[in-house]
Amino acid sequence: MKIVVCIKQVPDTTEIKIDPKTGTLIRDGVPSIMNPDDKSGLEMALQLKDENGAHVTVITMGPPQADLILREAYAMGVDRAIHLTDRKFAGADTLATSHALAGALRKIDFDLLITGRQAIDGDTAQVGPQIAEHLDLPQVSYLEDLKFDGDKTFTMKRHIEEGYQMLEVEAPCVVTVLSSANNPRYMSVGGIVDAYQNEVEVWGFNEIEVDEKNLGLKGSPTSVHKAFARGLKPAGELYEVETDEAVGIIIKKLKEKFILN
Amino acid sequence: MNLEDYKGIYVFIEQREGVIQNVALELLGQARKLADELNDKVYAMLLGHNIADQAQSLIASGADEVIVVDAPELAEYTTEPYTQAICQIIEDRKPESMLIGATTLGRDLGPRVSARAATGLTADCTKIEIGKKGELLMTRPAFGGNLMATIACKNHRPQMGTVRPGVLFAMDADENRTGEVVNYEVKFNTAKFKVKLLETVKEDTDLIDITEARILVSGGRGIGNEEGFKAMDGLAQTLEAEVSASRAMVDAGYIGHERQVGQTGKTVRPDLYFAFGISGAIQHVAGMEESDLIIAVNKDKDAPIFQVADLGIVGDAKQIIKKLTERLEK
Amino acid sequence: MDFSLTKEQVLFQQMIKDFAEREVKPLAAEVDEQERFPIETVEKMAKIGIMGIPIPKQYGGAGGNNVMYSMAVEELSAVCATTGVIVSAHTSLCAAPIMENGTEAQKQKYLPKLASGEWIGAFGLTEPNAGTDAAGQQTTAVEDGDNYIINGSKIFITNAEYAHVYVIFAMTDKSKGTRGITAFIIEKGTPGFSIGKKEKKMGIRGSATCELIFENVVLPKENMLGKLNKGFGIAMKTLDGGRIGIAAQALGIAQGAINETVRYVKERKQFGRPISGFQNTQFQLADMNTKTEASRMLVRKAANKKDQKVPYSVDAAMCKLYAAETAMEVTNKAVQLHGGYGYTREYPVERMMRDAKITEIYEGTSEVQRMVISANMLK
Repeated sequence: MKIVVCIKQVPDTTEIKIDPKTGTLIRDGVPSIMNPDDKSGLEMALQLKDENGAHVTVITMGPPQADLILREAYAMGVDRAIHLTDRKFAGADTLATSHALAGALRKIDFDLLITGRQAIDGDTAQVGPQIAEHLDLPQVSYLEDLKFDGDKTFTMKRHIEEGYQMLEVEAPCVVTVLSSANNPRYMSVGGIVDAYQNEVEVWGFNEIEVDEKNLGLKGSPTSVHKAFARGLKPAGELYEVETDEAVGIIIKKLKEKFILN
Repeated sequence: MNLEDYKGIYVFIEQREGVIQNVALELLGQARKLADELNDKVYAMLLGHNIADQAQSLIASGADEVIVVDAPELAEYTTEPYTQAICQIIEDRKPESMLIGATTLGRDLGPRVSARAATGLTADCTKIEIGKKGELLMTRPAFGGNLMATIACKNHRPQMGTVRPGVLFAMDADENRTGEVVNYEVKFNTAKFKVKLLETVKEDTDLIDITEARILVSGGRGIGNEEGFKAMDGLAQTLEAEVSASRAMVDAGYIGHERQVGQTGKTVRPDLYFAFGISGAIQHVAGMEESDLIIAVNKDKDAPIFQVADLGIVGDAKQIIKKLTERLEK
Repeated sequence: MDFSLTKEQVLFQQMIKDFAEREVKPLAAEVDEQERFPIETVEKMAKIGIMGIPIPKQYGGAGGNNVMYSMAVEELSAVCATTGVIVSAHTSLCAAPIMENGTEAQKQKYLPKLASGEWIGAFGLTEPNAGTDAAGQQTTAVEDGDNYIINGSKIFITNAEYAHVYVIFAMTDKSKGTRGITAFIIEKGTPGFSIGKKEKKMGIRGSATCELIFENVVLPKENMLGKLNKGFGIAMKTLDGGRIGIAAQALGIAQGAINETVRYVKERKQFGRPISGFQNTQFQLADMNTKTEASRMLVRKAANKKDQKVPYSVDAAMCKLYAAETAMEVTNKAVQLHGGYGYTREYPVERMMRDAKITEIYEGTSEVQRMVISANMLK
């Protein structure tokens, strides 16, 4: 089986803070990480490799420093890494991003394409299904588990609000994976030692199969009209008192607001 | 693409087992407001099987026309049949804009449709406004809720957006409203149906929907352990409230993901939100700041949660829960 | 001159910090409290290659270097000093002497199992009457045809109960003193070889420190490590390497205590403000951090010299001496800054202070390190 996993380097948004005085984002010192949903997608691929034997390729689209997550992927056990980078991709929204990735994926033979459900910097959950559409492949999103019958059929467990669904799809197909699906393995020490000995293939526009008009800023139907730090509403009352008095204040408030009679 | 050809605000009506989901009514309420402002119409797209009897209620909730697509292929949701149906409507009717609930279903369907229709989709909007040229300006959180971005889709139609449940308001149903119900037939290309749904399993834990709760008793790191959560449960029972939590507590396994409030959990807007031992990371605040009344208890008087709280108490959350429960039980 | 880590080391640091935080830290208090060997952690470490960091790939190791190995012991010790010493004793005191002195057959036999973590390694030199003065060995190995017959005992042996292979030392020629000591490899389960009483220790309480007892143990000659009567040199060289591991452990303990203290002083309020706002706190923290960073430089320098295969004995002694004394000082200050809470087991600095003490004692006391360092100056 041949598996491709799409991964993205993202700022660790849990480490981003707002300057309470200026209301602006503090991005200094925020580490860049492999997007958590993508990492679980990668783990799913590596588990399939452990169980059935598989060739796992990772691909990322991003600036030169995104090389780091490809090295991390090598250290986790992938067989091939592709770094998609070209000025023509710059300024892409989700649709243009999905076109670029689909363009690269047309050049790779695979049975299963895995993406994370969504990236923590954008939370859109769009690129996976959009790639599936461009490649005319079936998709299953919000994946919690996946089993392969050893031939060509996948049985999948998809998370929904009320519980889950079991679905069946034949290869080739596209899935998007939740970070709750598994605990991604650590990089192995031996893998780390070799991570920079392995080749990362750098692909640009010339290496992929896509209509240029679908790429970058030109290929992006959406644009950011404006962006702003979230404003906080003025603080209410604050009390630092003994427990009994505090409870009294809470009850008074609840009565004031007619929550208690 | 001639933008002038595109008219109407289309709302995807999500139903599960024939039950129309609240988010669909919230979208209709918002679409109604936008349409009134734009002097345009609201179209509800009701897809499913044996669901036509629900159409009238959508008119009462704000639709001018209900497009019913009743087909056995749509009895249960899978991506491809629903995408084909919506895309055929888009091709036929040329909608100006389209709103879909940002549920696990809507977030599966939305991007597939947008890619097929080659148009823009804004995910998880929290606010929709009308721009100078009558275009939609959709605002959504990014960077884990740290940043708000307003997105426009200038030259492509329909302008699509998904909206999280609990963010917008449904209008009060008005049985006197009039509108049209049309049956719409879709020609399916069944050769493309490749995903087989084997079964849908419901789990008890997911039956509680914290977005529906009037009062939420929410806990964070300051609640500590299982014992702390038990105390919260007691208070919630006394107040007829539901228990929810910050991400830290979900990650620590004290409570299920379905009760997580915040950017990666649910957006809630109860009448009363108790934040016990929650520091108020922006990810959390993004999911609860619109609550009517926020009461926060935290040891650290500099905790950011106090910046959004209407009433803040500096103190030990566990002690206060215990005492408050005792007092209320009396 | 370049003080920065290599790209591989940066990646390694990311992994080991993450591993320590998520897998090791949650068990640290329990391991200490119950004096429990964290076997499940060893299994997890084995799986990703932490038990064989500097062992070459041809012998099943990760093919890493000693800087990486020291970083591993540092980061593990920052959250749990017990886990740090398990890796250190296994790697520096068992795998390393076999790698450096073993025959090809011995390397093939033992290194893959040690590197994969299937087997845990230990080292037996110290005896009741032979601590710093290793020449006082009373364990004997008497030639008997193709075998040696071993009798005697060893004490304070890290990993003892859980190890599968031990590098031990015995007198083969009493008349020659240190020149009559020979090293042997002995496996668990060899008839006559048993594990004695387990020590009740002040710190690193999960590391399973026991006595080894040899009663007419018959060891075939192929179990001799290195040449006959060359054991003392092997022991000393092994301890040179071990000192880098222990220095890294001390460094980690100090850093762990600093991490806990910084968090605490920001939260803890007295006189209406966080105690981090007081200059005394600030100055104490500055000193703690400066000395810990100096330890780190000494540790990395010694490890790097070992990687470069240039003499590093003095560097190892210096980093061990300085890092150990710094760990003791830093953890002492950390407890002080925590006040009364620091003296309780609610906060990890209490454990860290107990753990720190051993780093001034084992694998050569601070006094021995001073002897090594000054002897080199005065020769």
